Amino acid sequence: MNERALPAHLTPERMPNYWQVFVTFARNSLVRDMTFRANFIIESLSTITWTLMDLGFYLLIFQFTQSIGPGWGKYEFFAFLATTKFVNAIVQAFFMPNCEEISELIRTGGLDFALLKPIDTQFLVSLRKIDWSALSHALVGAILVIVSLWHLTTRDTEPLLWWQVASALPLYVFYVACGSAILYSLMIGLAATSIWLGQNRSLYDFWFYITNFSRYPMEIYDGAWGLPLRYVCLYVVPVLVVVNVPARILAQPLYPEPSVGVPLALFAIVATAGCLVISRLVFQRALRSYRSASS
Amino acid sequence: MYARLSTWWTILSISLQERFVYRGDFALGTLMRFLPIVTQIFLWSAVFSAVQQKRIVGYSYEDFVAYYLLTMISRAFSSMPGLASQIGYQIRSGDIKKYLTQPVDMIGFFLLGRIAHKLAYYTVATAPFALVFFLCRGFFPGWPDATTLAAFIASLVLSFLLGFFLEACMGLVGFWFLEVSSLLFVYMLLSFFLSGHMFPLDMLPPTARQIVLLLPLHYLAYFPAAVFLGKVQGMDLVWGLSLQVAWTIFFALLSRVLFKLGLKRYGGYGG
Repeated sequence: MNERALPAHLTPERMPNYWQVFVTFARNSLVRDMTFRANFIIESLSTITWTLMDLGFYLLIFQFTQSIGPGWGKYEFFAFLATTKFVNAIVQAFFMPNCEEISELIRTGGLDFALLKPIDTQFLVSLRKIDWSALSHALVGAILVIVSLWHLTTRDTEPLLWWQVASALPLYVFYVACGSAILYSLMIGLAATSIWLGQNRSLYDFWFYITNFSRYPMEIYDGAWGLPLRYVCLYVVPVLVVVNVPARILAQPLYPEPSVGVPLALFAIVATAGCLVISRLVFQRALRSYRSASS
Repeated sequence: MYARLSTWWTILSISLQERFVYRGDFALGTLMRFLPIVTQIFLWSAVFSAVQQKRIVGYSYEDFVAYYLLTMISRAFSSMPGLASQIGYQIRSGDIKKYLTQPVDMIGFFLLGRIAHKLAYYTVATAPFALVFFLCRGFFPGWPDATTLAAFIASLVLSFLLGFFLEACMGLVGFWFLEVSSLLFVYMLLSFFLSGHMFPLDMLPPTARQIVLLLPLHYLAYFPAAVFLGKVQGMDLVWGLSLQVAWTIFFALLSRVLFKLGLKRYGGYGG
């Protein structure tokens, strides 16, 4: 609550320490989560069970086929699935609980309080609450990725080499962060539109439908209808970059040929930066149209 | 008799009016709900181009797509969004008292409400459904014969009733548990997997498939779709439909019993 005591006109040395504020948010959320411990455990378990079901479905599919799309065999695909889980963990733990509340803040006029705080509003409304139970996605992802990499490095034909995996790891982490940032940008952009629309109940639905396209390797979008869809989801709303780029770097570093992979990886950086900037502009633009609900 | 009919009619028409308030949202929501099928289409197309086979467990690529589209119809009949939690909430909050003091049967009231909901839904949803099915007509082998079509419609109507009574039972357990959300969660999970919403149940290993086909959940999505595609025929069809009738009756009776027993436990205090 220290930040409330700060004067409205800040001198540079009195700028809030964002990291400390974030840590405080995280701690507060953890305290709250631990207060309702049974709920926390149930939510974590439910996440894990959903994942297991997902896994069951793909295990069934791989009973009948060797691959989903060129180059995505069983364990490559499971590494892909694990990547989805990591991105989900980050987005659902840090951003989802907050973005869901933005429309509520706008409807009730609660955004006034956020605007008055001597801290960046977008930061405040984006990270106030952290859902720790969503991190169970990451737990499942970790197990899945370890098992997949084990199989990929020990298989008989063209095994991945450990140095390949090890050197891909920093890039992997970086691109998972990029992917999460892209999804965050989309989410905060959508949430900000509720300032104009008054309410945005279908945010969650829309979110589900958009991310649904990011859940599969982009090679499956093929043919007369698939290719245009692939390009839209790559270059217009870059949801296909989110999981595809990191998963590809980790699970199939040499496939397809680097001439395709490297530009794609470079594009992912541009896309991330672009999404962050555009969503920031949208958010600020929307804030300017905000009229408090209470007065 | 007349009085009862007119009560029912009033309940039905009130619910209908309630539902029509959000018709725009309805139509758009319905269309959006087909979007996940787009990814399924591409997923299966990728699988089929990888296996170089015409059929997987007797389903061609077109069959798979048609199956997913048809389960949308099954779900449009069998899904009862919020029914169980609604009943659970009324038990917990004490709202249920109004059914005890008024000459209205609670389960019947809810059933009429849901029928109204579905009728309103179909009126608005027919257009988006027709559009999607017209666009996807290439995935279908053509109209099935009259017997199959009749069985399909019968199984849909039954799946509505089965879905209703199943969820109602789930909610009525609230008399004992008060909070049913965790139970609902397990149910949702099982039904997503075992109803065939996620994949044609024929993909399961033979023993698992046989067991799942004895359970009531597969009638909520798999069965009507499989009937339409001609996957269930002859004696299997007769047996399948009879079992569906049996499950429906079972859960209808169970909901009565749970309601009776629950009322004995129930204590309502205050205004």
